[in-house]
Amino acid sequence: MSIVFEKPKALSENIFHYCPGCTHGIIHRLIAEVLDELDITGKTVGVAPVGCSVLAYNYFECDMIQAAHGRAPAVATGVKRVNPDNIVFTYQGDGDLAAIGTAETVHSASRGENITVIFVNNAIYGMTGGQMAPTTLPGQITQTSPYGRDIKQAGYPIRVCEMLATLDGTAYAERVSVDNVKNIRAAKKAVKKAFTNQVEGKGFSIVEVISTCPTNWGLSPEESLNWLRENMLPYYPLGVYKDKGSESEAQNG
Amino acid sequence: MEKVLMKGNEAIAEAAINAGCRFFFGYPITPQTEVAAYMAKKMPKIGGTYLQAESEIAAINMVIGASAAGARVLTSSSSPGISLKSEGLSYLAGCDLPAVIVNIQRGGPGLGGIQPSQADYFLATRSSGHGDFHMIVLAPNNIQEIVDVTQKAFDLADKYRMCVMILGDGILGQMMEPAIIDASGNTGAAQKPWALTGTGGKRKKNIVNSLYLQPEELEEKNFARYEKYKEIAENEAMCEEYKTDDADIILVSYGATSRICKNAITMARAEGIKAGLLRPITLWPFPKKSLMARADGAKAFISVEMSMGQMIEDVKLAIECKKPVALCSRTGGIVHSPEDILAKIKAVNGGDFS
Repeated sequence: MSIVFEKPKALSENIFHYCPGCTHGIIHRLIAEVLDELDITGKTVGVAPVGCSVLAYNYFECDMIQAAHGRAPAVATGVKRVNPDNIVFTYQGDGDLAAIGTAETVHSASRGENITVIFVNNAIYGMTGGQMAPTTLPGQITQTSPYGRDIKQAGYPIRVCEMLATLDGTAYAERVSVDNVKNIRAAKKAVKKAFTNQVEGKGFSIVEVISTCPTNWGLSPEESLNWLRENMLPYYPLGVYKDKGSESEAQNG
Repeated sequence: MEKVLMKGNEAIAEAAINAGCRFFFGYPITPQTEVAAYMAKKMPKIGGTYLQAESEIAAINMVIGASAAGARVLTSSSSPGISLKSEGLSYLAGCDLPAVIVNIQRGGPGLGGIQPSQADYFLATRSSGHGDFHMIVLAPNNIQEIVDVTQKAFDLADKYRMCVMILGDGILGQMMEPAIIDASGNTGAAQKPWALTGTGGKRKKNIVNSLYLQPEELEEKNFARYEKYKEIAENEAMCEEYKTDDADIILVSYGATSRICKNAITMARAEGIKAGLLRPITLWPFPKKSLMARADGAKAFISVEMSMGQMIEDVKLAIECKKPVALCSRTGGIVHSPEDILAKIKAVNGGDFS
């Protein structure tokens, strides 16, 4: 019998700690498939954030470092500047990347830092038990927006890809979703492009992945996917927001 | 070897380059900006990296990344900037990563002022940031010593896999003196098998991490780290003694202030008061044994510091309160005059230990 489906080699044997129905597992798998396909696991260094994916260092079979909350792009910058031949990626949630780490995100992008950022947006703080995130939708109920996010009081969600697309240093910004097979395939393509860009020295690449948090949304995995489609996708439209292609080579060369 | 006339801040930068440091991440702040400016000028010409970060927080996290990747790396700042770096200092300790941090102190708290100060003594010696940890703290008092301790800082950081802080002040950073920069020092070619360089498919993956969810595991890590600190306290304490052999009154002072103490000692001796100086060069570990050895012979000690009574605690602990310890403070950016110190010596000599 021939094997038609197996675990990517870039994923370890450790069992994910993620909740049932959480999409982190899918996103981890997509990254690992890309590391396998590009044959770069041996020269990759991953940076884990603070948040649900803090233990990502246990799951990828490349060298890993765990960064302070929000600081992953700065840590990645340090690693990359020392060994530019390494492939360096960060894996960050919405609180990490778009609240406490906004400055690190924006400035690593504006420097055109040749790194890959995988940004998991599920509109809530998962690890601390479901508080309002910078990407929580207007009206969305969380532990710290118990009456629904009131934009008069708490302001508006941040659309990260749109914001980073305005920066000259950003080479590539795409928003994808992992709510169905078609979108997962598109997400894989985007992740692969974000890593390929780095291999080719094209500069800062970010893939924002619209994701679910069944536990803290208080929904079943299936209901969560429907909620994502009905509420998140209209606010966070999927698509390519920036693709400098070969233009970036001049700046980063 | 030829002596060169250098500013303290530039001497740090040049000595760091000599010690094999090719990565500098920083953010401008007075009165240490010359370190960054020197690096910005020099690094691109020698294949190194100078990177101006968006904040002190980003800079120290870049240091973390560079250190984890195996490089000798430096960042420098002044007091308010060090507060911001404290988060990263804690992570460096928790990850057992080597790095050298320069703090050219200015007056505080808050934005404080830009004149010289030693008010970050607690910050430097009592673990800057959360959790159980120490940094080695080196406190030079002249430009040649700045050069020497900068080389030593990188060597100690690598040897013990921890942070070393060079604690200076606005005077040391800005003043010029001739110094010899010896280019034959260790440049850090030592193997770092724990570094994140990619597995190359040839070894198991390395993980640099400070998270331990099992308390037993974290306690064990901390115990091990404190065993290392014990070894450092035993082996790495340094001080200079000046006229302490016959001294009745021993001044304890570090950095720029210790130089002024020597003037005051000359004045006191001219008036028949036998004063001497014990100058810690390492503030952590504090030179406890050397101080204790003087506790029986001396009548009293004076902690002379540009802060409101921080180092005095270590002096009292070191001599186990065997003798009175008086405090001679200036703060807020005011530097002691020799007369300030002489007046305190006279008061202590007369039995006033306040």
